[in-house]
Amino acid sequence: MGKYLVMIYDNEALWDAADPSVAEKNHLNHGAFAQANQAAIVGGAQLDGSNTATSIRADGAGGFVVTDGTFAETKEVMGGYYVIEAADLDEALEIAKQVPSPMGGVEVRPIID
Amino acid sequence: MVSSEVAEAVELAHAQEWAQVLATTARVAADLDLAEDCVQDAYAKALVHWSEQGIPRRPGAWLTTVATRRALEHRRRAEVSQRKLPLLISEPDLQDAFPDDRLRLVFTCCHPALAQEARIALTLRLVCGLSSAEIAKAFLVKETAMQARITRAKQKITQSRIPYRIPRLTDLPERIDAVLDVIHLVYSAGHTAKFGDDLIRYDLTRRGLDLARMVHLLLPDSGEATALLGLLVLTHAREPARVSGGALVLLPEQDRSLWDRDLITEGLALVTASLQSRAGRFALMAAVAAVHSEARTWEETDWQEILGLYDLLLTRWPSPVVALNRAVALSYTDGPAAALAVLDTLSDEPALATYPYYASTRADLLRRTGQLQAATAAYEEALAFTDNTTEAAFLTARLDELRS
Repeated sequence: MGKYLVMIYDNEALWDAADPSVAEKNHLNHGAFAQANQAAIVGGAQLDGSNTATSIRADGAGGFVVTDGTFAETKEVMGGYYVIEAADLDEALEIAKQVPSPMGGVEVRPIID
Repeated sequence: MVSSEVAEAVELAHAQEWAQVLATTARVAADLDLAEDCVQDAYAKALVHWSEQGIPRRPGAWLTTVATRRALEHRRRAEVSQRKLPLLISEPDLQDAFPDDRLRLVFTCCHPALAQEARIALTLRLVCGLSSAEIAKAFLVKETAMQARITRAKQKITQSRIPYRIPRLTDLPERIDAVLDVIHLVYSAGHTAKFGDDLIRYDLTRRGLDLARMVHLLLPDSGEATALLGLLVLTHAREPARVSGGALVLLPEQDRSLWDRDLITEGLALVTASLQSRAGRFALMAAVAAVHSEARTWEETDWQEILGLYDLLLTRWPSPVVALNRAVALSYTDGPAAALAVLDTLSDEPALATYPYYASTRADLLRRTGQLQAATAAYEEALAFTDNTTEAAFLTARLDELRS
């Protein structure tokens, strides 16, 4: 068994434009997903919007540069994650395919033990 | 001293048994790198042992036994050195597992989590036993870059835990598609070599055909696997007529008596069988090849049928290359001017911008409509895109005809 991080990448602009009922439905879908996969889910959380993100980079001279925003400027930003346990990548992908992510998709990466 | 007889036997075993030996060893080793080392070692040992003790009756079984034994030893040693309880690893049943093991290896190499270039490279390396240098040469990449690509792909298999197994039934259609795409690309890369003096690279077409035969043998119920084999067999049957005295010969001028009739019969049967189920992409492409193969002369070609097949392909699997091929068929049903009009609508397709056949097709259509000056310019454009000497010679000959 190995652990995988399933990162949910969504387009925030699409969320902002969507009817509140879409977000509500999404919450219910996540509840159902978590219920159905509780044996595999080790952890997870929803993140606040990318406008709340702060990035920190070492400046190479012993100090830090702190900037507003996410590390990389992309259309889709990470909005939440699950940590799951699976026997292999196929099993992890099978679970990741069920993660509700109506405005984007998910990225799966193995966690090094 | 290695006799030529032994050297030949080892070479033959390399061509025919590599996939089986590696696949079974990989299952025992549970590690692709280790398995590769063990198999390479077994082939090296074969040269010495077979010279001393004679060539075994079943070279594949001999090689598998030697390679798997070494893999087992290695695992036992590794487990002891990690101070774990030595696992009792039983000697695997080598005979029964053969077909499954090969299939497992192919599906692992063609896993959708790997980039397509990596799938091709891994398949040629692990299933066909080609060296990084050979693969690099076939795909116009530096050897070091190809080595790095293969290493990265192997690392991803290990670190992401891509399983070494045949996919579940629900995943099978999607996974088979990935496998068939790789085989088709291997064959196509050899069918018209991207560079060099020879039009056809038989080492690659043979590998592609072998792979298609193997997958068809292992998955006889897959309509698309049957169709791909049919397509490749029919294409292969016509290869001898594509080059004459080192020069490229297009379909209209080909000497059809050079076509391999036995292969055509085999190919047509495969195509018929594949059309029993819902026709997929390769089934439709194979059906086009079948129509060409059935025509005894160029004039007998049933272009209406071919156009209909391309219409279906274009509806269900649209791509600029299919649209281009459909336009060629259209030029023989509705005339070159109608086809030229279609080509004009494709001129902005990025996929065709550096595709040599777009320019050469346009050149041919312009020539057939009598627009000789525009045709000359288009042939010159096509010439700039090809690095293959045989193709370049063909295009130059056409240019000379137009200029005289």
